[in-house]
Amino acid sequence: MTSAIDNKPQAIHPHKFTLWVAMGSIVMMFAGLTSAYIVKKNQSNWLEFNLPIIFWYSTGIILLSSLTIQMAAKSFKAREMGRYRTLITLTAVLGLVFLAMQVWGFMDLESRDIALIGSKSNSAASFLLVITGLHMLHVLGGVIAILIIFARAYTSRVKNYSSLPIEMAATYWHFVDVLWIYLFIFYNWIG
Amino acid sequence: MSNEAVLHASVGAHHEAHGDEHHEHHHDTFITKYVFSQDHKMIAKQFLITGMVWAVLGGLMSVLFRLQLGYPESTFPWLQDILGKWAEGGKITPAAYYALVTTHGTVLVFFVLTAGLSGTFANFLIPLQIGARDMASPFMNMLSYWFFFAASIVMLSSLFVETGPFSGGWTAYPPLSALGDASPGSKSGMDLWIISMALFVVSSLLGGLNYIATILNMRTKGMSMTRLPLTIWALFFTAVLGVLSFPVLLSGFILLIFDRNFGTSFYLSDIFINGVGALPNEGGSAILFQHLFWFLGHPEVYIILLPAMGMVSEIMSVNSRKPIFGYMAMVGSLFAIAILAFLVWAHHMFVTGLNPLLGSVFVLLTLLIAVPSAIKVFNWLTTLWRGNVRFTPGMLFAIGFVSLFISGGLTGIWLGNSALDIHLHDTYFVIAHFHIVMGVASMFGMFAGIYHWFPKMYGRFMNDTLAYIHFWVTMAGAYLIFWPMHYQGLAGMPRRYYDFSVWESFKQFGELNQFISLVAMIVFAVQLLFLFNFFYSIFKGRRVATLNPWGANTLEWTTPIRPGHGNWVGEIPEVHRWAYDYGKDGKEFISQDTPVGADESHH
Repeated sequence: MTSAIDNKPQAIHPHKFTLWVAMGSIVMMFAGLTSAYIVKKNQSNWLEFNLPIIFWYSTGIILLSSLTIQMAAKSFKAREMGRYRTLITLTAVLGLVFLAMQVWGFMDLESRDIALIGSKSNSAASFLLVITGLHMLHVLGGVIAILIIFARAYTSRVKNYSSLPIEMAATYWHFVDVLWIYLFIFYNWIG
Repeated sequence: MSNEAVLHASVGAHHEAHGDEHHEHHHDTFITKYVFSQDHKMIAKQFLITGMVWAVLGGLMSVLFRLQLGYPESTFPWLQDILGKWAEGGKITPAAYYALVTTHGTVLVFFVLTAGLSGTFANFLIPLQIGARDMASPFMNMLSYWFFFAASIVMLSSLFVETGPFSGGWTAYPPLSALGDASPGSKSGMDLWIISMALFVVSSLLGGLNYIATILNMRTKGMSMTRLPLTIWALFFTAVLGVLSFPVLLSGFILLIFDRNFGTSFYLSDIFINGVGALPNEGGSAILFQHLFWFLGHPEVYIILLPAMGMVSEIMSVNSRKPIFGYMAMVGSLFAIAILAFLVWAHHMFVTGLNPLLGSVFVLLTLLIAVPSAIKVFNWLTTLWRGNVRFTPGMLFAIGFVSLFISGGLTGIWLGNSALDIHLHDTYFVIAHFHIVMGVASMFGMFAGIYHWFPKMYGRFMNDTLAYIHFWVTMAGAYLIFWPMHYQGLAGMPRRYYDFSVWESFKQFGELNQFISLVAMIVFAVQLLFLFNFFYSIFKGRRVATLNPWGANTLEWTTPIRPGHGNWVGEIPEVHRWAYDYGKDGKEFISQDTPVGADESHH
């Protein structure tokens, strides 16, 4: 312990790092829920049913939105602000479309007499509602974050060159995307 | 990204952290300085004082239910004056008794020993000891406190609803917690309890994220991870445990909310309730909740204990005037405890019908915790060994912590055995074990921390005489309260019972219960003495005259006596050595920011 250790230039912004830890924390919540799902499935009285077809399309939509936010971040860094605004609006809209499709999926289940809540419900369907619903809340959080960044881009009188907010939003958006893909694979083939 | 940039990005008003001596005075209104403060030191004090309010309330609740346990035949008319219908005729009703026990547990575990202990000292010590101007995100840090405050308000309001606060035990096991018809406490009291706990989880997560990001990203020049004081290592592992386990608790609670309010069957099956009939639910598993709960619940006991361990290590080294014995072993054992904390949750569930083979795996993993624990105890004792010990109040509480940790830890080896647990489960033996090792020991760590860092918090000292009275009465009292409970538990006396005098097998403990209750009241009274000392000393205590009153090495003692927001006037000091150069080369102590001399010896 004799020589002083030079601090390297920070590889990662503390806020970005915080986001990564937060994503780890969210992963634990879904890990808890999906393990509860597995435990419950292995007990008696588990209803087997097919997932709503629309979940395939919503998966496509959220994948597409990951692409648009990535391109938005790229055009922000290239200072192509018009293109950036279009792409980020498109991402938010795709996010809302995704949410609507998930709700459509729930309605589809209800129409097939698979109750999600209430006394007739089976916990197989209730788990689908709770886990997917929590994921939807996280997507909604991402949409709100995008809207805030978007509003800032218009209202701020000072030109802001920091790409940190859009980069963090993009990271989080990819995260909820990957999280949904995990859940989709889990529902279909693992759980 | 430097410390400065983060601080300035978030605290617009503090445009000048390098200013003169009085730089902290400008632009601060009462609101931004004392209420919605983003200064980690003020947030720490907010956590501490809110925690103290809850400690008084939670402690008072234990006095009330000890009154019932100690004097089951007597009536106390004044109880009716303060509790109203909950103590009709001066005797606590069974419903009130369960509400008191439940709220005491919830409040002490979460609000006092999680928020009050790690919330206070993580906020206070992390930036000061790693050499940062503030947390990675001061705004999130402020939010963390205000979520805790909101959780506190909701929990407090649950005490006043007509059907009473939740009364199904702090673990909130369904079906009792999921069925409003099953007990009065499971009606709106439970709704408020669960909202409060959800807010609390958010508060813990916001805090924990910040602590981790700050420790890993904001250390000053030269402060490598292996030069961190052990307090910071302990607070780091605490935050990691919290960030990974609280979300799982939240997921358990979300399923519980659906069972309570939306008729789902995660935990509920076709149970028959007296006066209501059979439930329409089918196939739920109450054990599922226990798994989700204890996956947090066990790391939670280390969330409570690790900060105390870290502070004790630091205080013990400073006041023994010796380097901490086995620094890397201390870090390694903290790491081992943090890993094992996630792998032992089912030892709370040995009697739920758990597969005995699986049970034996959990026994093994549980008993493995004895290894890092023993390493820590050994290192504390060898730090004391032949040290030049200064018996300051902080040091006494640190030594007291080690004593309690040994006493309570040894009974953990009993309880970790699934065979013994069949007899000991849900008895007073368990109460004695976890109160000593987790409750009182962590309180001792907290007291040690308060006495030791009070001069840094308020620029004054606490009164030593009152502190010594506080220590000795609390120390003796803790053993007098909880030691006899081991005997009661071995005799099979179950926890949570309202009145033992009607049981032939437990009648013999009547006088012992009376004795325990009496000591509990005395110990509670002495805590009020501590509170008096604390608040009196904030305003009238002896002033701190030197920067480094304890002769300690860590960076917080290089700040001004009353540091402003930003902590250091001018540059943040650079770190050249670890935190434990005591008695090296004939020097009593060498501060971390002292460059290494040319003729200095190696460790």
